[in-house]
Amino acid sequence: MRNLVKFILNNHFFLLFLLFEIVALTLVFQNNNYQKAFIFNVSRNISGYINSHISSFSKYLDLDEVNKALLEENTRLRNSLISSYKLKVPDPGNIEFDSAWTQQYNFIPARVISNSVNKQNNFISIDKGSLHGVQTDMAVISHQGAVGIVTGVSENFSTIIPLLNTDLRISSKLKNTGYFGSLHWDGVNPESAILHDIPHHVSLHRNDTIVTSGFSAIFPEGIMIGTIEDFEIKGGNFFFITVNLSTDFRKLNFIYVIDNIFREELMELDNSADYD
Amino acid sequence: MTKILSRNIIRIILLVFFQIFILNNLQFGGYVNPYFYTLFIILLPFETPGWLLLTLGFILGITIDIFSNTPGLHASATVFMAFLRPLVLDYFAPREGYVPGTFPRIYYYGLGWFFQYSAILILAHHFFLFYMEVFRLSDFLLTFYRVILNTIFTLFLVVLSQYFIYRR
Repeated sequence: MRNLVKFILNNHFFLLFLLFEIVALTLVFQNNNYQKAFIFNVSRNISGYINSHISSFSKYLDLDEVNKALLEENTRLRNSLISSYKLKVPDPGNIEFDSAWTQQYNFIPARVISNSVNKQNNFISIDKGSLHGVQTDMAVISHQGAVGIVTGVSENFSTIIPLLNTDLRISSKLKNTGYFGSLHWDGVNPESAILHDIPHHVSLHRNDTIVTSGFSAIFPEGIMIGTIEDFEIKGGNFFFITVNLSTDFRKLNFIYVIDNIFREELMELDNSADYD
Repeated sequence: MTKILSRNIIRIILLVFFQIFILNNLQFGGYVNPYFYTLFIILLPFETPGWLLLTLGFILGITIDIFSNTPGLHASATVFMAFLRPLVLDYFAPREGYVPGTFPRIYYYGLGWFFQYSAILILAHHFFLFYMEVFRLSDFLLTFYRVILNTIFTLFLVVLSQYFIYRR
């Protein structure tokens, strides 16, 4: 016993080092991806509060650019408004279209308060939380295209796992042919990602558009992801496609969280299918 | 004694703030993100006991972790760096040992000594940090490039700070 105490006292520096490393590395491995958002639920409130103050200062520097982007988006939306169209057919008959439609997606605007692009697993924090209707597994887009998925929510802030995170895969498809595959980031360049699982007989061209497939009930169908930068066949029957991301993650300022109103219904259907 | 204590408390707060508010928001080239907060471990007094050194390293690292969404990552790297510090100090000790009442700074031991001492510690910290972050060997060279590039930037800031802030 005395020898043990002596041993511990003599080697306390090394033993303490081991202890701290074990604690720290446990933290690293236990919080690899989605659980990370859970652990930080408490601290998110504190750091979110501080970060929102920093970003409220720094957003002034980007005002010009943000205004321009919003203006462009408004123009596009105005152009697609029904009031900008003129009826081509003189008499459409008495068909009433209004009641045939119901809303499926609800958009929640939010501001980015912290963001990074230079890590392997980047995260984004935004200034809207459960009080504003944000829930986990909602899709996030910007005016340029897809951004990511909400992984953690506290009352006033949320954490987003963006496309620039090696843990995230998004189901996406070619806009013109409809072939789908899964898109993920390889951790190298914040401007491009990799699309897998497109069979090699599909004809591809540079600058073909990649959009979301809408299979996961998270993203609506047809949200812009990017364009094909390069492609090659790598081992087997599938293309290895480099996609130039349309969203500029370095300049992310305002984003929209998308609430799919029918998501619960879809999930219930999926779950009930499992029992059969 | 209280002077040293208060100085170090102010230093750790300033460095953490500088790291999370300014350096973590620096984004040029997609690869560069200097970790200047390591300066705190470098500048601790020679007499700091081992247990305190490791504890401070852990607290500093975990604080940075909380603000950058990387639980345990910076903590493990900073504890590793704190563990190496006494060994590195021993290795670079002048023949007559370190004079009591002095600190590990350029002012007392010269640029050459400080450069070597901090370069090894920062390299160890960055090496541990970046390889832990990728956690695979497939992109070994790319990660190595990041380690070297960031070490140069951090080292540059650390040495520069000695001339601007801690002239004495």
